[in-house]
Amino acid sequence: MSRLSVSLPGLNMKNPILPASGCFGFGKEYAKWYDLSLLGGITIKAATLEGRFGNPTPRVAETESGMLNAIGLQNPGVKGIIENELPALEPYNIPILANIAGSTEEEYIEVTKQISASPLVSAVELNISCPNVKEGGIQFGTHYRSAADLTRKVKSVSEKPVYVKLSPNVSNITEMAEAVEDAGADGLSMINTLVGMKLDWRTGSPILANKTGGLSGPAIKPVAIRMIYEVSQKVSLPIIGMGGVSSAEDVMEMMSAGASAVAVGTANFVNPYVCPEIIEKLPELLDEIGVEQISEMTGRSLRQWKTPLSSR
Amino acid sequence: MKKHLLSITSNTEIARNIFEMKLTGPGTATMTVPGQFLHVSVGKHTSKLLRRPLSICDVDLEKEEVTLLYRAQGEGTKQLSQKQTGEFVDVLGPLGNGFSVESIDEGKSALLIGGGIGVPPLYYLGKKLREKGMKVTFILGYQSLEDSFYIEKFQEIGETIVTTVDGTLGIKGFVTDAMDQLISEEPVIYSVGPAVMLKAVEQKAAGLNGFISLEERMGCGIGACFACVCPTETRQSGYVKICSDGPVFKMGEVVL
Ligand SMILES: Cc1cc2nc3c(=O)[nH]c(=O)nc-3n(C[C@H](O)[C@H](O)[C@H](O)COP(=O)(O)OP(=O)(O)OC[C@H]3O[C@@H](n4cnc5c(N)ncnc54)[C@H](O)[C@@H]3O)c2cc1C
Ligand SMILES: Cc1cc2nc3c(=O)[nH]c(=O)nc-3n(C[C@H](O)[C@H](O)[C@H](O)COP(=O)(O)O)c2cc1C
Ligand code: FES
Repeated sequence: MSRLSVSLPGLNMKNPILPASGCFGFGKEYAKWYDLSLLGGITIKAATLEGRFGNPTPRVAETESGMLNAIGLQNPGVKGIIENELPALEPYNIPILANIAGSTEEEYIEVTKQISASPLVSAVELNISCPNVKEGGIQFGTHYRSAADLTRKVKSVSEKPVYVKLSPNVSNITEMAEAVEDAGADGLSMINTLVGMKLDWRTGSPILANKTGGLSGPAIKPVAIRMIYEVSQKVSLPIIGMGGVSSAEDVMEMMSAGASAVAVGTANFVNPYVCPEIIEKLPELLDEIGVEQISEMTGRSLRQWKTPLSSR
Repeated sequence: MKKHLLSITSNTEIARNIFEMKLTGPGTATMTVPGQFLHVSVGKHTSKLLRRPLSICDVDLEKEEVTLLYRAQGEGTKQLSQKQTGEFVDVLGPLGNGFSVESIDEGKSALLIGGGIGVPPLYYLGKKLREKGMKVTFILGYQSLEDSFYIEKFQEIGETIVTTVDGTLGIKGFVTDAMDQLISEEPVIYSVGPAVMLKAVEQKAAGLNGFISLEERMGCGIGACFACVCPTETRQSGYVKICSDGPVFKMGEVVL
């Protein structure tokens, strides 16, 4: 076993790094920059039942140490993804985490059925946290009962392990995590973006055509760290951590907080090579603190310092 | 497609808030197609996160030098304008599909129409079309005399007509006001500028063969994030990505 390998339900990864959903398309663009088989896995862009065109432009805005996006779940629909996008990823022989979204329970269930049946998909990531479409699942992601219900239903039809992607736009994320754990989730992904807004001060008009968007990038990393730290103490599910990670040091910090694997989103836009560069650097950081296996990093903070967060 | 560290050989203000930046490095060898762009990192990655798309304005392959012209307007381009000779700039590129120079009949004349900060890529394009032996005419539109740049350099390539909104230089008005007498020869149209201008150019040049280059706010710049889409009726998907399918499209191909 290599020292970087990690094992999560459905995801046997040679290292803990995978690109985050929506920040890597379906992989083929970045395949022009480097060999994708270097990655621990890939999260593909959200799939909905029918193709969606998404929101009007502008869809992105820069903010201090971060960015807002309101793409609006643009994708060619689950059939198109299975037929035209997934096969291109087969040669890389790495686990594929398929992000799924929908407006209704029925849509989530149908998309899950179809995509989880693909032999190329290793696990599904239930996106109940997209803040950018009126009916994008956030209504499931902010009420713990509906989140649990949906998780149970999706789980009952999925042929692969189910990770539930949590929204940070809630007052108590631990409650959400516990609810989906009870409902049978195999793992958690956290965090999705925080709802934000940017205005042109001269005209007063919002920069994004959608007015609001999801904040990502280094600015949200402290929020992600805190939430992962808090949730990992209350649930026993493995966590795919994400939110502002852009360096190997960030990965070590996030695993320390409780993540078992780490997804990299916005940082891919800043540096297309960020994922392989992080992977290459991790062994050096492990050496520096005398840790042999990277999987030992998961939850290290609490083990070392015994400082539980008071539950709110 | 590569990431390059290029070193600044000059970075000077050539008109009000307009900077000419020359960069050198081996990476420039691949920058041979006009209309492509570089995705330029402007500052410390952690505060100004996103790269700025800037068109390739000129390339000197022998000197391994690429020229960018940019307007220092927002925070990022202002930071860029403060960089000194000898500093390095991190760029991705060349990105996107540029103007196809090969596919055009040599006998044709070309009318290149640029508005404001859409002017820069027309310089490299004009040079390439001239090398092919085409007759090249430019219409360059600026706000005002103070905002105008590169006019003498364009004149070296071909006839250059200037319009300014306030009439302080050339014809008072918009680029479309100078098009009428020139389109009777049925030139191939190449146009870069704000969407409203491109729309007006397309209307004036209806029926002619031509190309336009679009702008949109970008994330990745390489086709992965779906930030920069533009609707189209000519493709089954219903959209194009400006960064990777464009920024150059055939006139009429996208819905402006
Ligand atoms: C293909 C392409 C080629 C371009 N070529 C040139 C060129 O040669 N010279 C030039 O001066 N400008 C060019 N632009 C426009 C240039 O990218 C923007 O003016 C620049 O990004 C603004 O950055 P800022 O730091 O000044 O503004 P800020 O307001 O600080 O920018 C914030 C964010 O918004 C984006 N943004 C703001 N305005 C625009 C805009 N008009 N278009 C695209 N993104 C924007 C920025 O890239 C950044 O991500 C081009 C744009 C595109 C898409
Ligand atoms: C442009 C963009 C598109 C995204 N699309 C999706 C998506 O389709 N599904 C999803 O679950 N998350 C999506 N996200 C959220 C990311 O997967 C990730 O959770 C978030 O950006 C935080 O990580 P980061 O700070 O590393 O980007 C998107 C984020 C960005 C920036
Ligand atoms: S900027 Fe990401 S797809 Fe064009």
